[in-house]
Amino acid sequence: MAGPDTSGPAFCVETVLCAESISKSFDSNKVLNGVSLTVERGDLISIIGPSGCGKSTFLRCLNFLEIPDEGTVTIADDSIRRSGGPWKASDEALAHRLRAHVGMVFQSFNLFPHRTVLDNVMLAPRVVKKVSPAVAEAEARELLAKVGLEAACLRYPATLSGGQQQRAAIARALAMRPDVMLYDEPTSALDPRVAEEVLEVMRALDREGMTQIVVTHDMSFARAASDRIVFMDGGEIIEIGDPDEMYDNPRDPRTRRFLLGASA
Amino acid sequence: MTSVLSRLRARFLAGFAVVGFAFHGVSAWAENTPAADPPQPEPVTAPVTADVSSTALKWGADGTSNVPYTFHDPSDENRMSGFEYDIMEEIGRRLGRDAQFVQNDWDGLIPGLERNFYLMVICGIEMTPEHIEAVDFSQPYYMTSERIVVRRDQAGLDSYERLGGHTIGTVKDTLAERMMGERHDITVRGYDEESNMFEDLRNKRLDAILIDGPIALYYGEADPAFRIVGPPVGHVSYGIAFPKGGNIELRKQVDAALKAMITDGTLHRILARWNLWTPEMAAWTGDYTQPGIAPTEWERYIAATAPTKGWKARFDRYVSFLPLIGKGAVMTLAVSACAMVLAVALGLILALTRRYGPAWAAALATLYIEVIRGTPLLIQVLFIFYGLPGIGIRLSPFVAGVISLGLNYAAYEAENYRAGLQSVARGQMEAATALNMTHSQALRYVVVPQAFRVVVPVMTNDFISLLKDSSLVSIITLTELSQTYVRLSSTYFDYFGTGMMVGGAYLLLGLPFVRLAKMAERRLAVSERRGG
Repeated sequence: MAGPDTSGPAFCVETVLCAESISKSFDSNKVLNGVSLTVERGDLISIIGPSGCGKSTFLRCLNFLEIPDEGTVTIADDSIRRSGGPWKASDEALAHRLRAHVGMVFQSFNLFPHRTVLDNVMLAPRVVKKVSPAVAEAEARELLAKVGLEAACLRYPATLSGGQQQRAAIARALAMRPDVMLYDEPTSALDPRVAEEVLEVMRALDREGMTQIVVTHDMSFARAASDRIVFMDGGEIIEIGDPDEMYDNPRDPRTRRFLLGASA
Repeated sequence: MTSVLSRLRARFLAGFAVVGFAFHGVSAWAENTPAADPPQPEPVTAPVTADVSSTALKWGADGTSNVPYTFHDPSDENRMSGFEYDIMEEIGRRLGRDAQFVQNDWDGLIPGLERNFYLMVICGIEMTPEHIEAVDFSQPYYMTSERIVVRRDQAGLDSYERLGGHTIGTVKDTLAERMMGERHDITVRGYDEESNMFEDLRNKRLDAILIDGPIALYYGEADPAFRIVGPPVGHVSYGIAFPKGGNIELRKQVDAALKAMITDGTLHRILARWNLWTPEMAAWTGDYTQPGIAPTEWERYIAATAPTKGWKARFDRYVSFLPLIGKGAVMTLAVSACAMVLAVALGLILALTRRYGPAWAAALATLYIEVIRGTPLLIQVLFIFYGLPGIGIRLSPFVAGVISLGLNYAAYEAENYRAGLQSVARGQMEAATALNMTHSQALRYVVVPQAFRVVVPVMTNDFISLLKDSSLVSIITLTELSQTYVRLSSTYFDYFGTGMMVGGAYLLLGLPFVRLAKMAERRLAVSERRGG
């Protein structure tokens, strides 16, 4: 597929996220080297690769938790182009608009420990979107029911299991009605049985048509649930493809080596 | 009181002084008085202009540990009493103005005069040449001498000459100290507080005390354990202090009123009521009459401060202290609470600025914190109350106290909060950002509340320290708990009982906050405990 048409509205309606030539260095260490990815609405994309390949950094560049040095990120109809230089207040304002389209789930959940589960989900709609308390609560309860946590509304995060916490974190991100959900190793901190609860929620969202990008080490989930798999190594995308195709017949030797190691 | 005036003396002391210099003061005053003063009607009922009489006649003194000059009446601590107080009331009456006592700590008396907190100071200030250089004096209103006080059972120390070879106490930088300093056979012990000095005499750490007549009488003779012995030593004159070169018209009116009070015997009657009429006064005024006035004020004081017999009487006296200690506690609490609110608000701003603000603002915040933490709170209090009027900012004692304590504690709170903010996991800020909160929303709703939980225990400790540090604002005339302690204990010579009461009051003030903080901690920590 072609890169984004920066002239605006002509941008393909099916394409919800487009990253183009994203580069990022930490000090002199080049972590991302011209990474490009296009995601269509309703896609579930898994990004896999060895530790330190830059997959998490790439994900965090998509909502500007990390500021890319160079490259363009376009999500829905908002776009930010970086070509070096300092991150200015006007850039932060753009990033703020862009983040409105993106929800994010972290490996360590990052729920707000001083608030109940319900408050965690309600907070951002209340504060950022100025939604009335009654409406925010109704929506929050609905989302919590959807992730199977209606009974835990008034509990504090620390009293929940890891799986419950991660499901609450997903509900919290969904409350902002994002176009794209980003998951940064969402099940790495969970044991497999608990992880399954979380993966089931993600599969359900996929069936509803949510666009999701998942950085994961869970190869069976990646293969079974993804529409496409992205393999990254050394700060670059090596291969993008259909899951079964890639697993059965990886084109690049690095992909083959990684998949062999991962399944061993 | 003498402690107070001793420090003033110290300030201007030229290092030499001789008995009789006070006379020089008198003549200096006489020279200053215009000889060709047109004959005026005696201002008995105040032929004063209306606009002047409409204002209160504010006068300053240190009413703490200042018997019998100006002090809190032991039988009713809310009332002021004292022979200087009576003299000022009489002068006010004669000038047709409402005499109004303004409390100030000794160290602040003359600066306060220069800052126009009051029009004059009457506080047993000796008319020495050094003092005359610093202030303008009225004519003298009292003359006395130094007297020797010994324990009642002690013999042989009944003259100035016979003090040789002994340890003698006096108040620092007094005429008595200067006199004895020239005698190498006397071991002189200088005190700040006369009550401490008399305690040492009682406990045989001193052999005798040489001190101004009124103090010898009220702290020595009034106590069954002591007595005044031997002939008077030296000569002392007290004058009312006016700002140098200021209030000249008022000073003339006060002089005229004093002169009239001497002529018609009013001053004699006031002093007689206080048992303070001296041979020096008789010689100076030429008034050798015996007006037959009973020393009622003296007797009242003796009765009110008589050592209590039995537990019942002692208990009743302590109960009578309670309203005063209560008032002091309310003031302590009010100053501390207001200061803490200021400290928390400003401290949070400073901490956020240091952690999240632009570099130049963070540097300013750091500078503020370093300066405040690097200078004594006492200096900050004095600077804000006495220094700021120099650039046109006049604050009431309460506001000055709150601001100086608040600004000081803000620096310490800021460092606590910074540590608290650092303790909040980095992921919290990221999660808030990912939810599209702005930086300030993330701080307000996510980071600061969590940091707050970490710093609550430290803040409680800080508030309890602040309660105690608030005692420092007593030097800018706020009567809070510690000031109440000084006043009560020096009036009744009871450092133990009143000390226990005031200490208890501080503890009681602090306790609710310890409990409150525990509750808050429990509530805030609920997320980590509930359900396990």
